[in-house]
Amino acid sequence: MKHQKMKWFTLVLAMSAVLMVGACKKKAAPPPPPAPPPPAPTASLSANPNTVQQGQSTTLTWETTGATDVSIDGIGAVQPSGSQQVTPAESTTYHLTAKGAGGTQEATARVTVTQAAAPPTATAPSPTEEDLFASSIKDIYFDYDKSDIRGDQQSSIQADAQFLSQHSNVNFTVEGHCDERGSTEYNLALGDQRAVSVKTSLTQAGVPVSRIKTISYGKEKPFCTESNEACWQQNRRGHFVYQK
Amino acid sequence: MIKRDLQSATYRITILSCSVHNFPKWIYDKVKSILPPTLRRPASAVPILLGLLFCLAVTPANTQDWVRTGTSLGAEKVRLAVPDFKSSTSDAQNAALLKAFNDTLWNDLDNSGVVELVSKSFYPLQVPGQPSDVTLPAWNSPPPNAAMLAFGNLGVTGGKVTVQGWLFDVKNTGTPQVLGKQYSDNGTEEAARFIAHKFADEIIFRLGGGIPGICESKIYFVSDRSGHKEIWVMDYDGSNQKQVTHQGSISLSPRVSPDGSRLAFSSLTKSGWEIMMYSLDLNRMVGFPHLGGTNLSPAWSADGSKLAFSSSRSGTSQIYIADASGANLHRVTGNRGPDVSPVWNRKTGSQIAFVSGATGLPQVYTIESDGSNQQRMSDQGYAVSPAWAPNGQFLALSWIRKYGPGEPGSADLYLMDIASKQWVQLTHDGGRNDFPSWAPDGRHMVFQSSRSGKEEIWIMLADGTKIRQLTFTGRNTQPNWSWK
Repeated sequence: MKHQKMKWFTLVLAMSAVLMVGACKKKAAPPPPPAPPPPAPTASLSANPNTVQQGQSTTLTWETTGATDVSIDGIGAVQPSGSQQVTPAESTTYHLTAKGAGGTQEATARVTVTQAAAPPTATAPSPTEEDLFASSIKDIYFDYDKSDIRGDQQSSIQADAQFLSQHSNVNFTVEGHCDERGSTEYNLALGDQRAVSVKTSLTQAGVPVSRIKTISYGKEKPFCTESNEACWQQNRRGHFVYQK
Repeated sequence: MIKRDLQSATYRITILSCSVHNFPKWIYDKVKSILPPTLRRPASAVPILLGLLFCLAVTPANTQDWVRTGTSLGAEKVRLAVPDFKSSTSDAQNAALLKAFNDTLWNDLDNSGVVELVSKSFYPLQVPGQPSDVTLPAWNSPPPNAAMLAFGNLGVTGGKVTVQGWLFDVKNTGTPQVLGKQYSDNGTEEAARFIAHKFADEIIFRLGGGIPGICESKIYFVSDRSGHKEIWVMDYDGSNQKQVTHQGSISLSPRVSPDGSRLAFSSLTKSGWEIMMYSLDLNRMVGFPHLGGTNLSPAWSADGSKLAFSSSRSGTSQIYIADASGANLHRVTGNRGPDVSPVWNRKTGSQIAFVSGATGLPQVYTIESDGSNQQRMSDQGYAVSPAWAPNGQFLALSWIRKYGPGEPGSADLYLMDIASKQWVQLTHDGGRNDFPSWAPDGRHMVFQSSRSGKEEIWIMLADGTKIRQLTFTGRNTQPNWSWK
């Protein structure tokens, strides 16, 4: 009998032990944390501008963190962050490698070199004002049936005004355009109002009024001919045209 | 709540699919009289309510139609029989010219809106070519049961065509002849059509309450079929389409002068949009001063001495008036703009209707030509292209009454009573409908519609019936009906 009792006791003890072990395992004190691995390095590389004409230089700018050994192919070892002017002879992909205790990170930047159109002289020709106008000037977009300059378009107006003040001999036309909805005659008047609105904003930003012409195309010359909002937004704009 | 539901697009669609819209007029009036005034105002509320009741109560069986509203309701139309004209000579050309003549005469009378043509299948076997052939009892009793009979003959001799036509009051057995006419012209199909128009106008003048017919009138319009938007002209029935201008840029908004001698329009020139003037007598451009800014949508005063148009020469687009020569330019409106599309009340000669975006979406306004008494006519939506009816009482306009996100309203033509601002909807059949222009008889209207898939010119009676397409080539827009 006592033996039996003992047996039960042992069994209960054993089961309790099992339960205890199972239930309390997570409560066990965690092992001391291992030393954190060194963070992986980060790296970024960009070229500005990323398209140059042959003979022109561009600026490479890079930034890394957590790297002890940074190098750019073709340039060699460089500081962890910095910038440098380069003048690639042909289109080049610059390749940055950042090595650190945490590993290796790579970044690339592509510089496209365009052939000068016809370089008769040794000095590379600079882009014409018309080219710069086309690449720099931003069109102004409008809300439906509205001709006031939208908040998100103010930065474009400012950028355009800045470019135009730097290129003071550029004359240009602002074309007012409308989307396909609405009536022909009203849209022409609305397009006129949009062009005038852009003109007014530019003159307020210091562009002489004598350099600006306006014209309305209403819905007569759409940029996009689909019937959806994305397309309509493309067509509700003040479009800049360089005047020769 | 009910009102809002009734006017919502969902209910409209439900009701449309039930196809019950041709209620007897007494039901229409009855329902209208029991509705609260707020529900009565939109003309569409009554048919919608009726439609709803019918949809709930009965299985729809009728074919789709709309409630008829308009100026000719309840008026009995004269039953007119028009047997084909007979050949009076044996020239080989007769057959072709007779076909052109008979088709044109039938269409003119059918489209006039003042007579009911008796179907040719009811005619006796022997049809008359001249008065001695007429047997009155064969026409004035069933099956034709006609009140009037138009008949005659056509013959070519020596390259000239001669047409004799009569109109008989067949119920007046004593002295039946109302009209007897003889025409002579070159033996061409165009001349045969022209003679048919003239004879049709004589009949319509006598049977239509003394209002001259429109069969000799012209419609000016914009077409891109030459590759550029130019001004074109056609007969009122769509035949004889010819290019008028050759500007090679973009020409819009043709408006013919009341005497038919000049055509004002708006064209993109090197200095921007300018009012241009074309002499229809000399067949060439004549001078009109360039004003600067954007100049659009000219409109002739009824005496032909003045032009109203939209100009942005001093900033935003406003309505200006100048002499037909361009002199004495002065501004009429002073809104926040843009103001555009003026049209004169040709009855008073002093009022102008126009479109203004002063409060947001464009609305139709009226104003005295001295700039006083500006009144807003449209209460909501997107309202453009007012056209003043010749009698001065109505404005036709293009209107998207329900406008905005989730309101896929389409531009339809409406008729608005100037004094009460009550309106009826004229077009329902889809597409964008714009630029209504009245025929000189005040019974017909021409307009542009995209219902066929692209912008084309259509005509209809001013109550919205008898819709017919006139142009089929290229895109054709902004029709303008001549004044006579």
